[in-house]
Amino acid sequence: MDDPPISRGFRSNRQGQAPSNRLPPGQYVTSDFPVLSAGPTPHLSLDDWSLALEYEGTVLGIWSWGQFEDLPQTPIRADIHCVTKWSKLDTTWQGVMFDDLLRAAGLRKPPAPYVMAHSKSGYTTNLAVDDLVGGKGAVVTRYANSPIEPVHGGPARLFVPHLYFWKSAKWLRRLSFMESNKPGFWESAGYHIRGDPWKEERYDGD
Amino acid sequence: MTDGRTGSARRLEWQVAEVRDIVVETPRVKTFLMDVASWRGHLPGQHVDIRLTAEDGYQAQRSYSIASPPEDELIALTVVRVDNGEVSPYLHGELRGGDQFELRGPIGGYFIWTTAVGVPLQLIGGGSGVAPLMAMLRHRDRRDDHGPAMLLYSSRSVEEIIYREELDAMTRRDRDLRVINTLTSRQPEGWSGYGRRIDKAMLAESCFPPEASPKSFVCGPTPFVESASRFLVELGHDPLSIKTERFGPTGA
Repeated sequence: MDDPPISRGFRSNRQGQAPSNRLPPGQYVTSDFPVLSAGPTPHLSLDDWSLALEYEGTVLGIWSWGQFEDLPQTPIRADIHCVTKWSKLDTTWQGVMFDDLLRAAGLRKPPAPYVMAHSKSGYTTNLAVDDLVGGKGAVVTRYANSPIEPVHGGPARLFVPHLYFWKSAKWLRRLSFMESNKPGFWESAGYHIRGDPWKEERYDGD
Repeated sequence: MTDGRTGSARRLEWQVAEVRDIVVETPRVKTFLMDVASWRGHLPGQHVDIRLTAEDGYQAQRSYSIASPPEDELIALTVVRVDNGEVSPYLHGELRGGDQFELRGPIGGYFIWTTAVGVPLQLIGGGSGVAPLMAMLRHRDRRDDHGPAMLLYSSRSVEEIIYREELDAMTRRDRDLRVINTLTSRQPEGWSGYGRRIDKAMLAESCFPPEASPKSFVCGPTPFVESASRFLVELGHDPLSIKTERFGPTGA
């Protein structure tokens, strides 16, 4: 398009902001931890919590809270980027890497190239397996050394920090492998099918 | 990119929007009425992204809800001035009629109500969270086939009630609409409405009963939305009937 109109008198007030290699286009740094959800926050009991890995209706693995806590735990430090424009740098989490989850289910390789993540709230989001394996994705249960609060997706949420944060589904209950890429909840409501913040894939068609 | 989808992806292009008018709503809130030449239309509850470009090329983006109904020509963006913010002090202090900036949208396919979604319409707003709810009420007001609706609206003081006169006028001409205000920090003399933060008792008194299956929309700051939506669930409303939009502290 033509050059954008210049806003006279508008200037950056970013003091001490992140170096540009830490901040994707259109994002700004916040020290808060804002919340974005489509509905009421579910408050889940650990007693009846479970996480299942599925493929075409077959359960490949299912873990109770205690069993999940016994899986290999990995600390993660990462920057997170929300499609609503805030980024939060150097956040610390802990959980089970997707690779370890596959191993725990006895899978030598993923059975299909895509995954739909299902939340307790009915929320879904789709991901390519390539965006989860090789240390790229995890199911996390700790934030800043504490259990994750319900409002931030506890007890367990998906964590895929190299994509916009809506892909890191809160209140995760189920990961279902699928042969073709189907849009999840926000992806069906106008958001991008993959959501890479460095390519600024915010909305459908970006 | 479009596997699993019908239709082709339509990219949301940046467009130039021009300020037609600026309405001072409250001491901290202004509405900017924007003319967007090739606006594709929107649904009540959707938002836009705006992008400002400084003289040195620096750009900043923010999201704002659309407060105008689809029936209006101009796009109304209601913005709170955040004192230490970057974008809102510029919009409030510098922007004049005829000024331009970039905008793209509409965005969001979930927090939406049209008369086709059904009634009763149950709106619960805190502060500037009323903006997308106002788009729904204005849309409803333009239609003849509207049914029962209510807005429970929390403001700090009577001076900070956004769209106050318009809401008063709407309720005067529409018996199916109830607007219930609560003033959380200062109440004028003789105030007969609520004077506290939204709580479960207030929602029980004000809202439609769960058996009426209202379509609920809750918008405001995160703690407001968290408590209001939790109370609705506790009162027996179906969690899936409650749509939320949170205005974090970051809309600065």
